[in-house]
Amino acid sequence: MATKKFMYVNRKAPYGTVYALESLEVVLIAAAFEQDVSLAFIDDGVYQIAKGQNTDGIGMKNFSATYNALGDYEINKLYVEKESLEERGLTEDDLMPIMWEDEDDDWAEKPSIRIVSRAEMANVLADQDVHYSF
Amino acid sequence: MAMLHIVNKSPFERNAFKSCLDHAVAGDSILMIEDAAVGAVDGTVFADDLKAAMTDKSVYVLGGDLAARGMSEDRMIDGIKVVDYAGFVDLTADNDKTQSWV
Amino acid sequence: MKYTVMVNEGPYQHQSADSALQFVRAALAKGHEIFRVFFYHDGVNNGTRLAVPPKDDRLLQQEWSDLAKEHDLDLVICIAAAQRRGLMDADEAKRQGLDADNIIEGFRISGLGQLIEGSIQSDRTIVFGD
Repeated sequence: MATKKFMYVNRKAPYGTVYALESLEVVLIAAAFEQDVSLAFIDDGVYQIAKGQNTDGIGMKNFSATYNALGDYEINKLYVEKESLEERGLTEDDLMPIMWEDEDDDWAEKPSIRIVSRAEMANVLADQDVHYSF
Repeated sequence: MAMLHIVNKSPFERNAFKSCLDHAVAGDSILMIEDAAVGAVDGTVFADDLKAAMTDKSVYVLGGDLAARGMSEDRMIDGIKVVDYAGFVDLTADNDKTQSWV
Repeated sequence: MKYTVMVNEGPYQHQSADSALQFVRAALAKGHEIFRVFFYHDGVNNGTRLAVPPKDDRLLQQEWSDLAKEHDLDLVICIAAAQRRGLMDADEAKRQGLDADNIIEGFRISGLGQLIEGSIQSDRTIVFGD
């Protein structure tokens, strides 16, 4: 099968709606298809990978740890928009340190998160073949 | 490799439309459907943003959605093209890919 | 041109379910191929056979079902999303030990891989959602 560039566009905060969780479920399945997978976190989507998520008070399952498992599925292109962080008073330090192990570099741990400007994000989006929006 | 951006949110309620304008690149097309159709009207607080985007992008509105919301085509910003569902399909075929700003 | 269409919202709640149906009809009328329609999130509710809207309203589930019959469409309901929301075909209901199934004719239940495969096979993927 031909390889396509799949982009998962995440623009919504987790828990308020099911989109973040069910987007992640698609991403995990997608890993089995050996396509070129990227995730974009834009607008409120940046809250999906905020660190310190605690759902004890809302009776819902905290699924944030799953983002840390993406590296095991060779999904390591998580584009996060700088302006979206700044507009929400956040910096990269507020995000989970999501890592992957580079098989070709003696399993060195490398960050999956790539902070990009809005203009860079536009170009990243333009470079994809399939856009799933959640 | 032009992209069709499909927007379905009113620019007065959520930031999806604004976000779309911020991420569309020159040569792309933008189609307003569902509640986004109201964004086609001139003289709104959003009109200048859309006009700015129209300098290097093509903007379309699904006519049925505009009419359903009681907005006549003569109130639209000049240069916006009205399409029906057949025209919507043509836009998806003429562009290399689509992104929905849900 | 070959299309995969993703429908992420339920009927009546959100116009995107109507928009998707209109889009698919228009694409078929233009001679395009609809490779697959994949129903996800609340979109799975487009596949229930137990909806009874008021007589003067459209019956979206039936319209999908009729369209599928007419054009031999592949309408796929995501199993994970369906299980959360109580959409069951006969096999799945039996497997889960449930006393009823509720999928309308023309739809089938399958995994998320069907979405990815659809997008790989198709020239275009169009998402309808909220």
